[in-house]
Amino acid sequence: MNNEQYELNCNLAQMLKGGVIMDVTTPEQAKIAEDAGACAVMALERIPADIRAAGGVSRMSDPGMIRGIQEAVSIPVMAKCRIGHIAEARILEAIEIDYIDESEVLSPADDIYHVDKRAFKVPFVCGARDLGEALRRINEGAAMIRTKGEPGTGDVVQAVRHMRKMMQEIRRVANMSEDELYEAAKQLQVPFDLLLSVHKNGKLPVVNFAAGGVATPADAALMMMLGAEGVFVGSGIFKSGDPAKRAAAIVKAVTNYQDFKMIAELSCGLGEAMVGINPAEIKIIMEERGI
Amino acid sequence: MRIAVLALQGDFAEHEAIFHRLNVQTCQLRQKSDLAQPFDALVLPGGESTVQGKLLRELDMFDEIRSRIQNGLPVMATCAGSILLAQQLLDDTTVHLGTMGISIRRNAYGRQLSSFHTVGKFAGIDDVPMSFIRAPQIEFCAPGVEVLAEHEGRITAVRQGNQLAMTFHPELGSDCRVAEYFIKEML
Repeated sequence: MNNEQYELNCNLAQMLKGGVIMDVTTPEQAKIAEDAGACAVMALERIPADIRAAGGVSRMSDPGMIRGIQEAVSIPVMAKCRIGHIAEARILEAIEIDYIDESEVLSPADDIYHVDKRAFKVPFVCGARDLGEALRRINEGAAMIRTKGEPGTGDVVQAVRHMRKMMQEIRRVANMSEDELYEAAKQLQVPFDLLLSVHKNGKLPVVNFAAGGVATPADAALMMMLGAEGVFVGSGIFKSGDPAKRAAAIVKAVTNYQDFKMIAELSCGLGEAMVGINPAEIKIIMEERGI
Repeated sequence: MRIAVLALQGDFAEHEAIFHRLNVQTCQLRQKSDLAQPFDALVLPGGESTVQGKLLRELDMFDEIRSRIQNGLPVMATCAGSILLAQQLLDDTTVHLGTMGISIRRNAYGRQLSSFHTVGKFAGIDDVPMSFIRAPQIEFCAPGVEVLAEHEGRITAVRQGNQLAMTFHPELGSDCRVAEYFIKEML
């Protein structure tokens, strides 16, 4: 991938800012998400809560199913490949997906190496729990970053932890003197130039979204208050009582995340939220995959 | 002078950054009450037109913004913003603000793999950087609509009175000349 293509890929993420990206498993759900105001959809066979329940090995979705979703909506369509699975990533590129999520939600295919995302024309989003992880993924070619909140739990605590940590580290780096950055780059295991960019701009060099465990308009507003530039919602929508209504409410809560009178109204009568699982009660902690 | 940027979804912060480089104040429009503050022009940013159009209606901002544009409020629209202004969408029965005499096709160049960057002439200004991100295409213009830029025979920027619409993103990067043109020629 040349620099110009990388810029264009970062630019697409900029267009998604202030928006909500929703997990969908069928063309019908994709249409519901688009009508509710999703700025993009993530096409996958099973949402994270069901992946977790089913156990076993979880892989890239059927390209035919992804195509069905591409045909159903006019907004960007994303899909997930396994960490390090170069072939799955190439297949998704071949069907002209708009963004690939190299995702810890699927079973990792490589326990050492991530996909060399610079070798691709298609953009990638990757999860990160802290600044070091984010800059390592960006160095590999990721054009967008998201938190690695524990998927399929409906519990926002990890996403909060990751966003807090990322922002703290960014502030710390921004306040360093330039000669301290060499040591910081060594400690964070990241290239100096990327750290210098964070130091100068006080932000990641790419767009940073929240993901994992967002289930309510209040959760989405919380992540925006902590510095997220937009929100992914996975199981939170289609595992709830009234998906269309909840999805629309989360979209509005992201736009007006500082207007709590509005969010109070949006939160009324949404029906049942997804049943949450406390991450302390589960065996597979997906955030530890691919660091 | 103060420029309001529609901040419902998309790259509104990039537009604000360009105006700040020109020492022009900006404010954000996120809900109806924000329309009460004074401003001299409006920017409709890039993003997803489906999201922006829906929120304009559901947050009850639609009628007031449309009537202000019809009454001469200068407006600059990029990408999704142009779709909001268009009188007709060629692949869709939806019409959003519909204040500009253009017909536009969404995602006319294809998916993200077809996004591209070029430099071109805009309203007599040479070498303007132009990024097209899942861009729409302006296919027909009504009389009174002036074409300001084209790329390989496709119309990429138009003006009608106080309304300026582009299918590319002059707000990406650091070149401020399109925003300067807007301020100088239309305010």
